[in-house]
Amino acid sequence: MYNKGTIIPGLIIFVLFVTFPIWFNGLSAAPAPKPEMPPGGEKKCVESAEYMRANHMQMLNDWRDNVLRDDNRTVVEVEGKKYRKGLQQACMQCHTNKEKFCDNCHTYAAVNPYCWDCHLTPKEAASKGGTR
Amino acid sequence: MKYAFSLLAVIALILVAGLGSLVPGMQYLFGVVIPYLAIMIFIGGFVYRIIQWAKSPVPFSIPTTCGQGVSLDFIKQDKLDCPTKTSEVVARMFLEIFAFRSLFRNTKSELHNGPKITYESSKWLWLFALLFHYSFLMIVIRHMRLFVEPIPFWVNAVEAVDSMLQIGAPTLYLSSVGLVGGVLLLFGRRLVSRHVRYISLNNDYFPLVLIFAIAATGILMRYFMRDNIDIMNIKQLAVGLVTLSPVIGAKIGTIFYIHLFLVSTLLVYFPFSKLMHMGGVFMSPTRNMANDSRAKRHINPWNDPEIKPHSYAGYEDEFREFMVDAGIPVEKELTAVKDEA
Repeated sequence: MYNKGTIIPGLIIFVLFVTFPIWFNGLSAAPAPKPEMPPGGEKKCVESAEYMRANHMQMLNDWRDNVLRDDNRTVVEVEGKKYRKGLQQACMQCHTNKEKFCDNCHTYAAVNPYCWDCHLTPKEAASKGGTR
Repeated sequence: MKYAFSLLAVIALILVAGLGSLVPGMQYLFGVVIPYLAIMIFIGGFVYRIIQWAKSPVPFSIPTTCGQGVSLDFIKQDKLDCPTKTSEVVARMFLEIFAFRSLFRNTKSELHNGPKITYESSKWLWLFALLFHYSFLMIVIRHMRLFVEPIPFWVNAVEAVDSMLQIGAPTLYLSSVGLVGGVLLLFGRRLVSRHVRYISLNNDYFPLVLIFAIAATGILMRYFMRDNIDIMNIKQLAVGLVTLSPVIGAKIGTIFYIHLFLVSTLLVYFPFSKLMHMGGVFMSPTRNMANDSRAKRHINPWNDPEIKPHSYAGYEDEFREFMVDAGIPVEKELTAVKDEA
C-alpha cells in the first residue's frame, strides 16, 4: 500500500463521518418524549389522534390560509362541539401548555414551526394582559 | 433504451419494498436487518475499494498541467493549474472537491459556417453538478436530526436555512427542489446531448433514477402520503438503529419502508459503482500530484531494486563471443579485448 500516511488518516476521517450518529449518541439516547394530554381532561379533538399526529401541521396551515387570506372564519363543528379556526382559539383551549404539548415533540424532531413568530402562548398572553 | 432498464430496476425495487413491508413481521427485515447490512457493506466496500486503489502503484508522474509551469523568473506560473508545491496541490484539490473546478472546463467543440470550428467551455454540467451535490449534502446533514439526540446546533442551522422560504407546512426545503431539479437536469443531459447519450451506460442511468426515486419517496412522505407517518415513531426507529437497540414500535407507512429500502440499495450499490468518485476524487494522480518531475525524480514503485542498470558496453562484454559467432558487429573486437587482458 502506498501513501499510507495520508490514506489511512483519510479513511479514519471517512469512517468517523459515516458513523457520526453512533459515536455522537454514545449508544444511548434519551427516549422519545410524549406530548402532555390536555390538563382539563378533554378527550375529543377535531380529528382522531392518529390523524392529528400525522396531519396537524397541514390542518393548521389550511386554517391560517382560510382565516387570514380568504377571510373564511367558518366554525368547525365536530359532534356538536364548535371550534373556531385558530391555534389559540381552538387548540390551545384544551392543550394549554405549549412547552409540554407542542415543544416536547418539536424539539425532539428538530421541527421549528413559525407559529410563534406571531402567536403568543397562553402563558405569554396572560403575562401581557389580554387574550381574546 | 438503456435508461428503460434502470427505470424498470428501480420500479422492481419499489415493489419489493412496498409489498414486502406489508407482510406482517417483515417490517423488521426492511426496517432493521437490511439497513444494517447496507451500512456495513457500504463502509466495508468503501474501505476495501480505497485500499485496493492505494495498493496500485503510480508508475509515472502524471499531473494534468492546465497552465504555465514554473519557468524563468519573468514568466508567471499558474499556481493552481500547474502546482509544484504541496500547498498548491492542496489548494487545487480543495477547489476540485468543493467547486468541481475541472467540470468548469468541460470543453465542447462546435462546427460553424465557414467552416470554422470553435471550442468553448460548456458550463451546464458544472452548474447541474453543483446544484445536485450541494443539495444532497444538505439533505444528508438534515437527516441527522432523525438519528441523534440531543440535536447539535448545526443541524438545526442547516434546517433553518433550507426551509427559510416558509412555504407550506411542513415547510418546503430548498434542497428538495435542488436535488430533484439537479437529478432531472443531469438525466436530461444524458438524453438530450447526443454524444453524452452515446457513451451513457446502465451504470450511468441507474444511480440517477435511484436517487430520483429516493428524493421522490422522501418528498411524498413529507408532504403528501402522510398516513401513519409520525416523525416521532420514525426517529425512535432511527435512534434505535444507531444505538444498536432497534425497535419497531408503532405502525409506519409503507412509503417510509420504500424510502429506506431504496437508500439501503444506494448504500450497497455505492462502493461497486461510479459513485465511488466520492473517494476516488482524492486519489486521482492527475490531480493530487505536483508537477515537479524536473525537480524531483519520480521513482516507479514497481521497479525491482535487484535489477541494476545494464549499459551497452556491459552487454557486449557479456555476449561478445556469441555476437562475433553470429556475425553481429561489435564495438570492441575479440582480439582487442584479449590484448588488453
